[in-house]
Amino acid sequence: MSTIVMPEPDQSILDRSSEIIAALKEILPHDAVIFEKSETLAYECDALVAYRCSPLAVVLPRNTQEVSAIMKTCLRLGVPVVPRGSGTSLAGGALPTKDSIILGTNRLTKVLEIDTDNRFIKVQTGVTNLSVTGAVEGDGFFYAPDPSSQLACAIAGNIAMNSGGAHCLKYGVTTNNLMGVTMVLADGEIVEIGGAHLDALGYDLLGLICGSEGQLGIVTEAYLRILAKPEGARPVLIGYDDPRTAGTCVADIIKAGILPVAIEYMDRLTIVATDKFSGAGYPDVEALLIVEVEGSDEEIDYQLNKIIKIANKLNPAELRQSNSEEESALIWKGRKSAFGAVGQIADYICLDGTVPVSQLAYVLGEIGDLSKKYDLQVANVFHAGDGNMHPLILYNANDPVELEKAEHLGADILRTCVEVGGCLTGEHGVGIEKRELMTSQYSNEDMEMQMSVKDCFDPNWLLNPAKVYPLELSESRRQNLKMGAK
Amino acid sequence: MDKIFSPKDEAELAQIITKAKSDNISLRIKGGGTRQGLGNFIKTDAILSLKNISGISLYEPDALTLVAKAGTSIKEINKLLKKEGQRLGFDPMDHRAIYHSSGEPTIGAIIAANISGSRRIIAGGARDALIGVRFINGSGEIIKNGGRVMKNVTGLDLVKLMAGSFGTLGVLSEVSLKLLPIAQRELSLIINGQSLEKAISTMSKALGSPFEITGAAFLPNEKDEAKTCLRIEGFSSQVDYRLKKLSELLVKGEKIEILEGKLHEKLWQSIRDVKTFKNSKKPLWRLSIKPSDAPAISNQLSKITAADMIFDWAGGLIWAQLQDEDNAQADAVRHIIKQFGGHATLVRGSDELREVVDVFQPEQEMVAKLSSSIRQKFDPSGILNPNLMGNFGEK
Repeated sequence: MSTIVMPEPDQSILDRSSEIIAALKEILPHDAVIFEKSETLAYECDALVAYRCSPLAVVLPRNTQEVSAIMKTCLRLGVPVVPRGSGTSLAGGALPTKDSIILGTNRLTKVLEIDTDNRFIKVQTGVTNLSVTGAVEGDGFFYAPDPSSQLACAIAGNIAMNSGGAHCLKYGVTTNNLMGVTMVLADGEIVEIGGAHLDALGYDLLGLICGSEGQLGIVTEAYLRILAKPEGARPVLIGYDDPRTAGTCVADIIKAGILPVAIEYMDRLTIVATDKFSGAGYPDVEALLIVEVEGSDEEIDYQLNKIIKIANKLNPAELRQSNSEEESALIWKGRKSAFGAVGQIADYICLDGTVPVSQLAYVLGEIGDLSKKYDLQVANVFHAGDGNMHPLILYNANDPVELEKAEHLGADILRTCVEVGGCLTGEHGVGIEKRELMTSQYSNEDMEMQMSVKDCFDPNWLLNPAKVYPLELSESRRQNLKMGAK
Repeated sequence: MDKIFSPKDEAELAQIITKAKSDNISLRIKGGGTRQGLGNFIKTDAILSLKNISGISLYEPDALTLVAKAGTSIKEINKLLKKEGQRLGFDPMDHRAIYHSSGEPTIGAIIAANISGSRRIIAGGARDALIGVRFINGSGEIIKNGGRVMKNVTGLDLVKLMAGSFGTLGVLSEVSLKLLPIAQRELSLIINGQSLEKAISTMSKALGSPFEITGAAFLPNEKDEAKTCLRIEGFSSQVDYRLKKLSELLVKGEKIEILEGKLHEKLWQSIRDVKTFKNSKKPLWRLSIKPSDAPAISNQLSKITAADMIFDWAGGLIWAQLQDEDNAQADAVRHIIKQFGGHATLVRGSDELREVVDVFQPEQEMVAKLSSSIRQKFDPSGILNPNLMGNFGEK
C-alpha cells in the first residue's frame, strides 16, 4: 500500500453526477464537457503516475468567460475543481478525486499580443512553455523559464508551480518573469492584476498566485516578460572523482563573480544510464558538471577560461571544451535525456528538494547513506548552481511494497534537505506528494497563515482542496464546501 | 512625544505586538526613519522601532545568499558585500535626497516598501531578490516563509506578499536575499539631444539587444541638454565590446559622451535617488507604466501643470514633480494613468495633501476586496501601520 491517501469522495456529489454534468453542458459548448469514462481516462493522473482517479467530468473552456461560468456553476453545486495545465506535474498537483471536475487549460491556446518594444507577450495560459519562446524568437527574444517538460507543459501549470528550469540561476523562475494575469476566482469573479508595467499595484498578489498550485484561482491569461536572446552560449564539461570536489568547484565559480546561465550536476549512476541511452560519450567519473555561459564568442571564451582555471585547480578527472555547435549539443545531449535514460533502468520517483549550495556535498553523502539503508538506488541529476536537487529514486512500480519503501526514502531525503536549511520542493510543487511532509518545514501557525490566504480567495475551498496542506490540517476548511453546497 | 517601543529581539517584538493587540494600541513601524513621508499620512498610538533588531545572521558568498535582521542598515550590508565583490541586485533607491531626511535606511524597510533602483529592469526588484522572511503578524505570532534557497515552491509564497506590504501584514524581523556579483567594470553611454520619443525608442532597442543593459534612463533637462543614459556592465573586455556594438546599433550621428569612474557612479546614483528633484518640497509622483506610453503620458501630465519629469526603466518609470499642492492635480494624474494602465504613487507630498489624496492608486474593486481580506487575516485588529496603504476601509 502506498502512503499517500486522498479524502473519501463526497457521496452526495456522486449522487448528483448527472445533474452536475447537465448543468455544465448548459453553460458550455457541447464539446467542452467530457464525462464518458473512456474519454476522461487521459485526465486520471498527471506525471505522478502511481496515483490515478477518474474525475466526475472534465471541462475544457476556450476563454475567461467560460471559466467564470464554470466556477459559478461549481460553486453553486458544491463541486470541487481541480485545475490542470498539460498534466506534467510530478507532484500530483492535477490529480482529481472522484467527486471533482477537472478544468483543463488545453484549449486556451491563443497568443493575444506580442510587444517586443515593451518586452512582453500576452497569452492564454494553455499555450505551452516552448511555444511562447517560439512566438518571439523570430524577433530575437525568448521566454526564460525552461522546465525540462517545456515542450508539453502549459504556462498555466508553470504559474501554478512557479516553474524554473536549467537557466534560472541567471534568469530567475516564473515569478520573476510574470508581469500580469487575468484570473477567475472561485466564485467566478474575474480579476486583473498587473500588466505591461513593472511592479503590480498594492499587495503582491502576483507573487502569491505564482506557485499557489491552482488553489487561489484559474489564471486564464498572462503577461510574460520576454528577454533578448544572447548572441551565443557554450558549455564546458568537467568531471571529478569526488562529489565534494565538484561541489567546491561550483562554489568557487560563483564566488569568482561569474554567473553562468546553468550549472548542471550528474552522478555516476546517471552518467552510466545516460551514456547507454544517448551515446553522449560521457567520461567515467563520480561527478560531472556542465557549466554553460552566454555572450559573444569572445565573451564566452573569457568566461570559460576563468571557469577552466578554477576547475583545473581542483584536478579534474576530465575537462571537455566545445569547439563547435555539434560538440556543445553532445555535451548537453546526455543531460537532456537523463530522466528518460534513468527511466529505462527502472521506474523512479523524482524529488526536487532544494538545499543551500554550500550543503550540496553533505546532502549527496546523506542521500548515498539513505540509499544503502533502504537498499534502493538513487540517481542524482540536478541544477547545482541554485541547489535544486533532483534525486531519482529507482523502484519497481509493480511492487506496492517497493513503492512504499521508495516513498519513505524520499521523505527522509526531503527531511534532510529541510534540516540543512533547504526546502521540500524547488520547482515541482507540493501537490499530494509532499503534502504530509509540510510539517517538517512549517509550523502549524505558518501553515495556518498560508491557508488563511486561500480562505480570502476561495472561502469554500473549492479549488484543488486536497493538495499542499496535510489533510488533517485542512479538514475543517474542506468541510466548508459540503456545508455551503445547496 | 509618541511612545516608542524598541524591542531587542524577535521574541520581545512578538510580545510587544501581542500586548498592543490586547490593549488596542496602533503601531507605526519604523526602520531607519528615512522614508517616513512614504505612504498615506497616519497617526498611531505608538512607534515600533526595529533599530535594535539588527545584524547579519548569515552570509554565504559562494551561494549568493544573505540573511539579515530587519533593522540592519543598508550601509552595513553594502560594506560587507563589497568585500566579496557582491551586491544587492535591485540596488534600492535612497530616499534621503527627496525627503531631506537623515538616518540610515534599513533592509527591513526597503523590503517592506519593495524599493528598487534602476537595475529593476534587468535584475528584478526587491521582491525578486527576497527568498525568505520571518515576521510577526498582527496577532503576535512568529511566522516564517520561504527560506534561504533561490528556488522554493513549498506552500504559498508569503515572501513576495510581504514585500511591498508596508508593514500592514506583519512586522519583518529577518529577511533572506539572493545577491549578485558586482560587475568588473561599468560605464555610461550617453546620447545627447534626443527627444523623448526618440529616447524611448533608443532605450527599447538597447534593451532588445543581447548586451544586458543594466540601466536606461532619459533626463530631458540635464544641463540644458536632454540625455539618454545607458549603463553597460561586464568583464572589462566585454564592456568595450558591448559599447562598440551598442554605439553601432543606436547612435546615428548624435553627440555622445562616455562616462566611467566617479562621474558614471554619480550619474546613476542621482538617477536612482531622483536627485533632480531633491531641493524641493513640491509633490513628486512615481508612475509605473508601459514604456512606450511614456511620451503620451508625459504630454498629458504637462497639460495639468508645468510638470518636471525624468524617465527611468527605459521609460517604464516616470518621476514627475508637479507645481502645486493641489488634490485636483492628483485626480488628474490618476485620470491620465487610467487611460493607459499602470499606476501612480504620490511619493512626496505634504501631510495635508497626503491626508486628502490616496498616496497609492486605488485598486480594482475585486482586487481591493481581496487585499482587504488578506489584511484582515494577518492583522485582525488593524494595529500595524493602519491606513498607511489605504484601500482597507480604515481611512
